[in-house]
Amino acid sequence: MCGIVGLFLKDQSLAPKLGTMLTDMLITMTDRGPDSAGIAIYGDGTSKAAKLTVQSANPDRDFSGLAEDLGQALATSVTQSVNDTHCVLHLPADQFEAARAVLSEIRPSIRIMSRGETLEIYKEVGLPKEVATRFNLSSMSGTHGIGHTRMATESAVTTMGAHPFNTGSDQCLVHNGSLSNHNSLRRKLRREGVTIQTQNDTEVGAAYLTWKMMNGADLGEALKSSLDDLDGFFTFVVGTKDGFGVVRDPIACKPAVMAETDQYVAFGSEYRALVNLPGIEQARVWEPEPATVYFWSHNNSPTTHERAA
Amino acid sequence: MQTYDLEANGLSGLNSTLQSQNTETNQTSWEVVNPKGSHAIAVGLDAPIEVTVKGSTGYYCAGMNQQATIRVEGSVGPGVAENMMSGEVIVDGDASQYAGATGHGGLLVIKGNASSRCGISMKGIDIVVHGNIGHMSAFMAQAGNLVVCGDAGDALGDSLYEARLFVRGTVQSLGADCVEKEMRPEHLEVLKDLLDRAGCDAKPEEFRRYGSARQLYNFDVDNTAAY
Repeated sequence: MCGIVGLFLKDQSLAPKLGTMLTDMLITMTDRGPDSAGIAIYGDGTSKAAKLTVQSANPDRDFSGLAEDLGQALATSVTQSVNDTHCVLHLPADQFEAARAVLSEIRPSIRIMSRGETLEIYKEVGLPKEVATRFNLSSMSGTHGIGHTRMATESAVTTMGAHPFNTGSDQCLVHNGSLSNHNSLRRKLRREGVTIQTQNDTEVGAAYLTWKMMNGADLGEALKSSLDDLDGFFTFVVGTKDGFGVVRDPIACKPAVMAETDQYVAFGSEYRALVNLPGIEQARVWEPEPATVYFWSHNNSPTTHERAA
Repeated sequence: MQTYDLEANGLSGLNSTLQSQNTETNQTSWEVVNPKGSHAIAVGLDAPIEVTVKGSTGYYCAGMNQQATIRVEGSVGPGVAENMMSGEVIVDGDASQYAGATGHGGLLVIKGNASSRCGISMKGIDIVVHGNIGHMSAFMAQAGNLVVCGDAGDALGDSLYEARLFVRGTVQSLGADCVEKEMRPEHLEVLKDLLDRAGCDAKPEEFRRYGSARQLYNFDVDNTAAY
């Protein structure tokens, strides 16, 4: 089943409340996904360093002196902030790939959750409420964010199988549905040099978008071509540094509701997830059309939304 | 007027209270406040009572309804009035997918738009949508009337049996075995009655009628190769 929530702020005075609003939405979707939960949050990008969010099952051991060890190996300045099983490493953006290689040497049990200038991903196995509490998600602020509650179908209930999936710098994807051609697509993408870490179908969807964008497509084009190349059921919500997008497969049996006011654009698998948002009674509420790409960006005028397909 | 606060008193209490009303009840008028998108509101009713839901609902609102009149002052999630037997369900806003699915009787009125699979496998229910409907609507519809004042999406009436479909706007495409049919006086009469009851001022003459070509009813030996 799975539940998806998303919140894109037009009115940045709400930014300090983003975590609170998104956490409330996420917990409402517990019935749709009690196995694991995750959140991708786009925070402030004012610092010059970029962020590499990593996870460890043994944070005390793995995170102790991590920034120092990594900085020494990369010969650059690295700082860290630990949040439960996750740790955000601040380092120069051009060092991501080198850092990934070094980490696999110096801390082999560390898993990479996300990389980007503003994106941080927090996800763990457990009820959404427990996951939200352990990371103190409600205290987080940001410009936009996406959350997911998982009811597993295609792969094991693990941290790595939880959503959101990081698809490239500052990009992430969450998914409700199931892809049926993910095995053949995974083989193809790996031959093309795309890193895929799990047996999860959604990660293949994420990697597919990354691959398309590596080859010159913008996000709208990548989403549009996913309608031709991905077989199965899906409602996708994707995040980028500047905004978020929504696309549903042509059958559109996986639910989706959107709401828009002057202050925000919100996504929920069900209307229930949106009921406590400010001004929801006056919001424009609608169901996104099948096989149609929607995208909202902080770079566009705040009231427009683009329908690329 | 009885008022029930769904947020304060819970769903089971609402449905058991409404389901326990019988034809002799003098509590004929009910109001449900704070629905907040909850699922399965006012399901399985079997008494001539009026229920007004003050806000939007989630899945399966007014399912399996008999006799009752249920109005939703908001939008509804998937499966509104699923398997309705009789009575009336009026939605002031939009309806999500499979509105009125498998309904045997009664009238479902949607004042806004309905999304995909509206009236799927309908078996005698009448559905009037003031706005548009999505793809695969009236799939395998067996009996009843589906009236659409706006446009219909792809594959309308795929594998249709004997339900009648009336569309005022455009039809994106017809499904397998669904064809346009002649609008005869008896159809205009049925349509006029449904539009009146649904509070819609559209004129019956503005609609086109679609129905089954009945080519899928029997095995055709020319199709042997497909099996």
